[in-house]
Amino acid sequence: MNQHDRHIVLIGNPNAGKTTLFNSLTGLSQKTSNLPGTTIEEKNGYFEHNAYRYKVTDLPGTYSIYPNSEDERIAIQYTLKHLKSSIDYIVYVADASNLQRNLLLFSQIADLKIPIILALNMMDIAQEKGITFQVEQLSKELGVFVVPIQAKNNKGIKILLEKIEKPIQALQTDFYKNHEMIPYFELVQKRTEIKSQNEEFIQKEISTETASRYTQINEILKLSVIKESKNTKTRTQKIDELLLHPIYGFLTFFTALFIIFQLVFKIAETPTEWIDSLFSYLSQKSSEILPSGVLNNLISEGILPGIGGIVVFLPQIILLFTFLSFLEESGYMTRVSFITDRLMRKFGLNGKSIVPLVGGMACAIPSIMACRNIENQKDRLITILVTPLMSCSARLPVYTLLISLLATNDSAFLDIRGFIMLGMYILGFLASIGFALLFKWILKQKEKSFFILEMPDYRLPRLKNILIIIKNKTFDFVFNAGKIILLISIALWFLASYGPKSEFKNIELKYANYTFKDKELKIKSEKLEASYAGILGKTIEPIIKPLGYDWKIGIALITSFAAREVFTGTIATIYSVNYADEEGEEKQELLKILKSQKRVDNGQPVYSIATILSLLIFYAFAMQCMSTLAITYRETKKIKWPIIQFLYMSGFAYLMSFLTYQILS
Amino acid sequence: MNAIDLKTGETATISVVNNGKFQRKLIEMGCFEGNLIKKLYHSPLGDPIAFDINGYILGLRKEEAQLIQVVPF
Repeated sequence: MNQHDRHIVLIGNPNAGKTTLFNSLTGLSQKTSNLPGTTIEEKNGYFEHNAYRYKVTDLPGTYSIYPNSEDERIAIQYTLKHLKSSIDYIVYVADASNLQRNLLLFSQIADLKIPIILALNMMDIAQEKGITFQVEQLSKELGVFVVPIQAKNNKGIKILLEKIEKPIQALQTDFYKNHEMIPYFELVQKRTEIKSQNEEFIQKEISTETASRYTQINEILKLSVIKESKNTKTRTQKIDELLLHPIYGFLTFFTALFIIFQLVFKIAETPTEWIDSLFSYLSQKSSEILPSGVLNNLISEGILPGIGGIVVFLPQIILLFTFLSFLEESGYMTRVSFITDRLMRKFGLNGKSIVPLVGGMACAIPSIMACRNIENQKDRLITILVTPLMSCSARLPVYTLLISLLATNDSAFLDIRGFIMLGMYILGFLASIGFALLFKWILKQKEKSFFILEMPDYRLPRLKNILIIIKNKTFDFVFNAGKIILLISIALWFLASYGPKSEFKNIELKYANYTFKDKELKIKSEKLEASYAGILGKTIEPIIKPLGYDWKIGIALITSFAAREVFTGTIATIYSVNYADEEGEEKQELLKILKSQKRVDNGQPVYSIATILSLLIFYAFAMQCMSTLAITYRETKKIKWPIIQFLYMSGFAYLMSFLTYQILS
Repeated sequence: MNAIDLKTGETATISVVNNGKFQRKLIEMGCFEGNLIKKLYHSPLGDPIAFDINGYILGLRKEEAQLIQVVPF
């Protein structure tokens, strides 16, 4: 599968249409894999043309050979490392409508003396802007093949393939005559790899080199490109005047958010229910069909619900990525960053942080993955750390149950519960920007935060690009995060279903001769109490008592660490009630039972207002999502960040719940 | 004068980019001596500001934009 005759690498500036060309060359054959030791993906695809098999690598977009961000560093390092060994050609993808800036990196890469071909992409947009090319002349001046293309509708691809079929020569002369007597390749290595004390001097040298390259580029463009000077506003500028308007701009942004959230919740609801019932059906069937025993329990109570717990996230993740990639591809996302940067900066974040924070209201997992496009490492890290404080959809069932315990709807007009719910979301947002501010002070600043952001022309997103993004992200989630979620579900299943042997037997014996309604549930609940999870619950009781919780709530807290929504199910199992969301009657019953619980020591209700509020606060702030921790680890590549995330969130949750309970009781 | 001082819609030639942390990045993004710059629009909160750099739109924070010295037409 991975054998190939020729290896092509695509290089170019961000927004030059590199990925569109990559998609149209390789289609669905592409695979993403993380470059070793980094979060940056290496995207490879394969295609065949006239008896040759080609491997194509798409690297992150880069503006210069001297990297400014982690993404760029990886792209350049990859190129330098594989330059002599495996790369046969570089196809340099340039945005024809903005050739001046796009040729800077081209001239740098060409000076590495590597076979290179220039693909002039987005010819239609260039034409719209009144730019015409004398391709022959340009090719002569640059000393390489130049092929005009429109990657989005496959125009010019055939000619490009014809050109790369024959051997291409590397550039004969240098663009930039560096005055040090070493090849450019070594100069770049020297300047990028050695962290010398002459850092400032090197930066100065790079500035000089860049300016001199631009002078040359301008000479070439003067001879081969004609630009009609138009003094009218471009279409993009007209749209910007509306979308960046002080009033309409924010209005559009919030309307877009509102619609996306409504759609994500509404559309995901039904498939999520289907998946839920499919997996409970499968669990039930497998427990019936398989011979009873450990294997049966492992599959029907551990593995199947575990896989279900992964798949059940998919509708939301797919929808969220669909909308986010639509915003991204259309060019609107950079505008959102542009209008929010000023606000976010105050809190140690960046204009680009708004996207994950908003997404965190659905699910922190895809949102943390979306932090990859924040170039500044510190801004990115802070965003990853605080995103899980936003109230995600898994907290929703917990909030719903607890708020129902707290208040009933007395008024016909305004539902007090709705206000408490809204309050929980606001609380989450305030906590995340508050902690962002704290991290801004604590974390040492290595790179100075900057916001130098190209705002690409608006364009209609390509369906193919969006589908491929969704496919890649979904596979990424299922196979990487999924593995960890599955393992933890199995571990929790074990803790909740096993305990010291003798006690377990006694429960079975105790009820062996009785038959009564709900016998199975009674046994189940007593077994849970005797299980390792139950023992853990009792062990942590002294720690959680100051928060107003007993050991039963303790078990629910422990099981919630796999995923928060487990809370309601666990509580129901402990009080041996079949708790089902759909059936109003049983829900009422659980509420009644919870309300009637009395403390052993003083006979006061267990679920007092103080305890309920304390629990609400705990669930709002505590890090109770193994999957999020796993993703944080994968994205930061350091074990210390998920640990810090776990400790600060849970510590803060404990402190706030403690204060809430102690003050109110 | 620097790029912030330009009026909205006013075009100028870049004369120099001051020394500093962002000098190199700015030059790489096309803010080099002799290139054209046009102030397009402010973000709703005044900062950052969008410029047209010889045919494409670049968003810059004020602290970055004020490093760019310009000569209006």
